[in-house]
Amino acid sequence: MSEPVTAAKKSGGIRDLGKMFGSGSSGRQVGILAALVVIIIFFQITTGGLTLDPTNLINLVNSNAYVLILAIGMVMVIIAGHIDLSVGSIAAFVGIVVATSMASWQFPWPVAILLGLTLGLVIGVWQGLWVAYVGVPAFIVTLAGMLIFRGANQYFGNSTSVTVPSDYTFIGAGFLPDFGPDTTYSNGTLILGLIVAIVVIVREWRLRSTQRKMGSETSPLWVSVVKVVILDALVVYATLLFAGGRIGTSFPVSGIILGVLVLVYSFITRNTTFGRHIYAVGGNWHAAELSGVKIKRINFFVMMNMAFIASIAGMIGVARAGASGAADGVGWELDAIAAVFIGGAAVSGGIGTIVGSIIGGLVIAVLNNGLQLLGVGIDRVQIIKGLVLLIAVGVDVWSKKQGRPSIIGLMTRNRSALTDAQSGAQVNTRVDRPSVEPTDSTEESVRPQSTTPN
Amino acid sequence: MERGCTVANETVILEMRSITKEFPGVKALDGVSLSVKAGEIHSICGENGAGKSTLMKVLSGVYPFGSYRGDIVFQGHESRFKDIGSSEAAGIVIIHQELALIPELSITENIFLGNEPRRFGVIDWVQAKKRAVDLLARVGLEDDPDTQIKNIGVGKQQLVEIAKALNKSVKLLILDEPTAALNEADSQHLLDLILGLKGRGIASIMISHKLNEIEQISDSITIIRDGKTIETLNVKADGVDEDRIIRGMVGRSLENRFPERTAEIGEVFFEVRNWTVQHPLTAERMVVKNSNFVVRRGEVVGFAGLMGAGRTELAMSLFGRSYGTFISGQVFKDGEEIKLRNVTEAIAHGLGYVSEDRKALGLNLLDDIQNSIVSAKLTKIAKLSVIDKVEEHRVAEGYRKSLRIKAPRVNEGVNTLSGGNQQKVVLAKWMFTDPDLLILDEPTRGIDVGAKTEIYGIIRDLASSGKGIILISSELPELLGVSDRIYTIFEGAITNEMSAVEANPESLMKSMTSAKKKATLI
Repeated sequence: MSEPVTAAKKSGGIRDLGKMFGSGSSGRQVGILAALVVIIIFFQITTGGLTLDPTNLINLVNSNAYVLILAIGMVMVIIAGHIDLSVGSIAAFVGIVVATSMASWQFPWPVAILLGLTLGLVIGVWQGLWVAYVGVPAFIVTLAGMLIFRGANQYFGNSTSVTVPSDYTFIGAGFLPDFGPDTTYSNGTLILGLIVAIVVIVREWRLRSTQRKMGSETSPLWVSVVKVVILDALVVYATLLFAGGRIGTSFPVSGIILGVLVLVYSFITRNTTFGRHIYAVGGNWHAAELSGVKIKRINFFVMMNMAFIASIAGMIGVARAGASGAADGVGWELDAIAAVFIGGAAVSGGIGTIVGSIIGGLVIAVLNNGLQLLGVGIDRVQIIKGLVLLIAVGVDVWSKKQGRPSIIGLMTRNRSALTDAQSGAQVNTRVDRPSVEPTDSTEESVRPQSTTPN
Repeated sequence: MERGCTVANETVILEMRSITKEFPGVKALDGVSLSVKAGEIHSICGENGAGKSTLMKVLSGVYPFGSYRGDIVFQGHESRFKDIGSSEAAGIVIIHQELALIPELSITENIFLGNEPRRFGVIDWVQAKKRAVDLLARVGLEDDPDTQIKNIGVGKQQLVEIAKALNKSVKLLILDEPTAALNEADSQHLLDLILGLKGRGIASIMISHKLNEIEQISDSITIIRDGKTIETLNVKADGVDEDRIIRGMVGRSLENRFPERTAEIGEVFFEVRNWTVQHPLTAERMVVKNSNFVVRRGEVVGFAGLMGAGRTELAMSLFGRSYGTFISGQVFKDGEEIKLRNVTEAIAHGLGYVSEDRKALGLNLLDDIQNSIVSAKLTKIAKLSVIDKVEEHRVAEGYRKSLRIKAPRVNEGVNTLSGGNQQKVVLAKWMFTDPDLLILDEPTRGIDVGAKTEIYGIIRDLASSGKGIILISSELPELLGVSDRIYTIFEGAITNEMSAVEANPESLMKSMTSAKKKATLI
């Protein structure tokens, strides 16, 4: 599956490949995506094909969906220049409340989910008020939140575990339903795959028409065609894998929730004024304030949204485990933060993308999974994960110092440097990371949904 | 330094020969040569992006030996600096435009930062302080060396930087825009100090956009254009004046630096009454006192005042109370009182504010040109808060062409632009909000002569389209050349009002430095 990608790299000309995955601004994403592909190929070979086995892929999605969901909220927090350490505890607290509501108070599961989402919002309002209106740094507020909600989880659940009813578990352990004629594949997943494949084509077509309207340079038609063919080939491949697993399994529900959230939040961060304001606040809040951005409101909503997303992650985690316990969500915040930084966000804020963070999260997930398949102990897995985080960010910092935005971004960099000769000194003395907004790579938001398993 | 007095005047202390520095795709320096004589003040002039800063970075080792071609001969030895440390060891000290001082540390601690006098490995503060007092006396600074840097003004901070350089036995001092952030009095003091150092045999290389200062203190001037040495002038022998320097810098003479006033001045539409602002931290201190002024349609109103007089504070407090803790006073627009409680309201009432510090307050340097241009009025290109990116692009392209922003595309990052072009982006950002009153706070600071002229043109065009403009500037020729009417501010109070045609630098300066006339009238 990954052969076409590498082949195109060689034949298609470096620049056009860059265009294939968006312009220079998302160069860092291409780099990390390439790393992900390499890791997958590596494990596919070393595990003797176990990595891309349907059962393993389904497991991979199921066991990582909640961390990837957390990464969506976390990247927005980090773009705005904050951090949130409390998400694991919030997830655990929401989880125990939701589980108890069903087990002890006999709430039907939809009501329990609404309760969980509401609780997430309330906690978010609490933390948002402290960060935005009182002015306590988010690090402190959420460090406190980490303690408060961990304690609340244990107090509420008496440090025991609460089992949830089986009809609730579908959001964390369920699959797309099967129906219709017997095709030996899961029909639900096949239809999902078909939809995604069509969306890929439509997106590319719309992208081209937008570029034409802007009068900006469109990539040659063959680039678009090759890109769509590669992406759709991946979609088909993934679809067949997910649809062809054990009887009764197919694409996980948690993966669909993740996909929907990625789409929605990608749209928010890229195309709405709210999203633009998050980048503005993180990039230079003084300038944002003097441009009429209501900084406090942005900070408030970003923190509130994070807790809301944490509640979703918590409920999915509980559903997957079938019970809520005192040690739920421990360390989730760190996994989410690591995913965001591997995905190219800047510690100082203003830079980062949802899609990048998801890819970053997948790097960790595949690494985790592959090492486990190889029988590497959890001790060494942690060491390796730590090193990957360090090296990923280290390489980025290093390449920035060399005056390149990122390894792959280098390709697109040359072009702009050439045309910018009038400010030669400035171009090169202070090259920051690639600019904030990947303006024209909307199709990427679709891909993680379909290629999550890869 | 003390021993430097004996250096003969005609020996060459620094010789840079055919320096070529390339960045991927760009030749920033193309065979530049520079020859500095011992004990002289040598200015380097050139438009922004001409290569001045790059040349100084080559000299000071920021770009290490090997990353450029050409030779540097310093004090008769061929020098191969591998970093700033090695150039400082040789006696070359660079003082950057953005001062490298730690605000929370004291003057003494800053002077000896990285170079602390030690006894048995422990910092010898007694010794340090004694030397600090000595060094401060030499730069003419009388403050207590225990004062924290954040508690002294920019002018004094600049002197601390020089004291720091003197402590390093400097032989060649490089000053990059040393007076950019200083008022006239502090600038003069600094220039006198540089002349004093010259008397002690310390050579200086000065980069400045203020041509009058260059003309005043330089012995030689090297002009760089597009990465090449154009000429080296001997100030006395060649009878150099500002126009001569400008001609060299831009390759033509700028006869009309200021555009003609073509705007038709209409009726008063904006009025401020009894505007009073308190300092945000000290409650007793009024930074703006009982100020009254009016702006007419199509009029450019200048505000003259020394640094710290309260010009920026006045502007920012008007612009949605962005400065100050307590404000009294009234604002009237078209005869009706308006409330400007926050920036959003100010923008909604048709105010725009181009800040004096475009990097810290005006732009998000991570952003690209198009995002920056629409950032103050996103609602204009958004439906139900979803941004129309095609429209955004079209708008930005329009401004790129009409304001002649030098960038190949509008999705180029603003950090890749030169100062003048960044300023045009900020101007475009506020023009996009379609303001009735645009406040320009030092709109030409740190940008080159060519871009300045273009910006003056933009200001006049805006006035011609019926907008009111408030122009705050430290450069009196600019105020006199562009404004229609000028208010002077001294210590937070408006001291005088005069027509730009009647005013002259002397009369302005008088009102900027004393609180008579109008202050007594009210």
